[in-house]
Amino acid sequence: MLKKKSILKNKKQILDPYWFILPAMLLLSILMLIPIIQVFRYSLMDNVITNKTPTFVGLSNYIDIIKDEVFKSAVGHTLYFTIFSVIFHLILGMTFALLLNSKYLSSGFRAVLRVIFIFPWLFTPAIIAIVWRLILDPLGIMNYILQQAGIINGIVEWLSNEKTVLQTLTFINIWNGYPFYMVSLLAGLQSVPKQQYEAALIDGANSTKQFRYITIPHLKPIILSLSILDFIWTMQVFPLVWMTTGGGPGHSTEVMATYTYKLTFLQFEFSKASASAMIILLISMIISIFYVRSQKSR
Amino acid sequence: MNSIKSKRIGSRALVYILLLLGVVFAGFPILWLISISIRANGEVFSSPPSFLPKVVTFAAYFKIFQSPEKIRFFINSYVIAIIVTLVTLFISMLTAYGFSRYDFKGKKIINMVIIGTQTVPPIALMIPYFGLMVVFKLYDTYGALVLTYLALTLPYGILMMTGFFNTIPKSLDEAVLIDGGSRLLTLFRVIVPISLPGIVSTGLYTFLLSWNEFLFALTLTKSNEMATVPIGIQLLMGQHSYEWNEMMAMSFLGSLPIMVLFLFFQKYFLAGMAAGSVKD
Repeated sequence: MLKKKSILKNKKQILDPYWFILPAMLLLSILMLIPIIQVFRYSLMDNVITNKTPTFVGLSNYIDIIKDEVFKSAVGHTLYFTIFSVIFHLILGMTFALLLNSKYLSSGFRAVLRVIFIFPWLFTPAIIAIVWRLILDPLGIMNYILQQAGIINGIVEWLSNEKTVLQTLTFINIWNGYPFYMVSLLAGLQSVPKQQYEAALIDGANSTKQFRYITIPHLKPIILSLSILDFIWTMQVFPLVWMTTGGGPGHSTEVMATYTYKLTFLQFEFSKASASAMIILLISMIISIFYVRSQKSR
Repeated sequence: MNSIKSKRIGSRALVYILLLLGVVFAGFPILWLISISIRANGEVFSSPPSFLPKVVTFAAYFKIFQSPEKIRFFINSYVIAIIVTLVTLFISMLTAYGFSRYDFKGKKIINMVIIGTQTVPPIALMIPYFGLMVVFKLYDTYGALVLTYLALTLPYGILMMTGFFNTIPKSLDEAVLIDGGSRLLTLFRVIVPISLPGIVSTGLYTFLLSWNEFLFALTLTKSNEMATVPIGIQLLMGQHSYEWNEMMAMSFLGSLPIMVLFLFFQKYFLAGMAAGSVKD
């Protein structure tokens, strides 16, 4: 303790920690702080980049965006996609974690199953998109299996019918994302003290009660931070949607990120795109406050 | 007694049935990918479809290996992912050392900001990045992707490495410091070797993030020579979307490094994945 004090007395050494964190701080300022300020500035101008002398227009880009019917529907699609993804990620992740934690499995069998169950998470969104496009092709294997099983009559155009496409896309994302929950929840399950279950057993609590009163409270912080983080990331989804449907057919799977991308690189409306990107950023920031809080309380 | 026994058998059967369904759900798309990649293209939409190819052929793979353009996608992805991983690890270790070994003004706030940056949407960075890269003449170069990927990997890497360093007792590096060693020496001679598992976990997750990145690769490069695997797949899709066997072979090869890394370093991979959401 004394030694620490004498080290800190030296003025030069007070700067030491800052030298260690300097490279990261510099990079993150250049790559995060400045770009965010930039995109905020763009969003308040009339068209930057294409217009040589852009002028300040206040919030008019935001008003244009919020009034745009396509943007409104994109917000709706994003919410649908995100809410159902998060709910089913949690349900599937929990189910798989509980199954893997089952006492009926030998450890070797469990290890093999765990690998298989994690696989969907290892694939790049671009690859997931084309694999599912092939499976869900009108002439593809999914329609064949469902027809044989008598679940559907005739051919369903999963990804080109406006009625099914958003659900289908959400399903693909659920398939892709649940392992992330599964891994964390499994780790959580394995860290529940065994004595608690034994005590509950002596008190005569059945497995449903044990799950409700021991497992869930123990996993609650993990579930909370997983769901918040997943909500933020899913809300920002781009590659999976872009590669599977491109936001179509029509605008039926347009999400906020594909809408912003199209404004930027198809319509060259950089300022409007910046406003739209700022809206996504603001929503993310508001939710991330909850995330940072949930991290701090742990 | 009997009813308890039959209940046991019942719940055991239920577990096995659910596991079987889970295996089909998780595994079928991947098996289908492989099965399509080793058949002739004419057999892709055969009716009725067959789960296994009638004739196994690796023609699709040979076609990819014979095309310098497609091999280039893989080289690009490897080069970028390896550089990003090494740089992320190095900078994260320095930063984590600062965080775990010192108390200083602003530490708490900086830490919270770093946690917060993980939630910044890439789409919001895309527009300024595009401008930035054009101005600094980095557009359509490796530099553009390496630099921007660091924005995605550094926050995660720093938080994770700090977590690992915090578990190493300070008395260890103090011993070296008393012997007159420098701080940097302590970091690389003492802390790094002990925290190797943590470094491997962080490195694997970083590699995965970089290998999978799509948006910046799409917007910050334009030539086929600079395309990474995900972009290469998109290009192939546009060029000849009917050669499904080749697309699937490409997808298989594109997933191979991650799958191999996962199988070999499963323990570290899982630690990294769990830490991705649960940081202490």
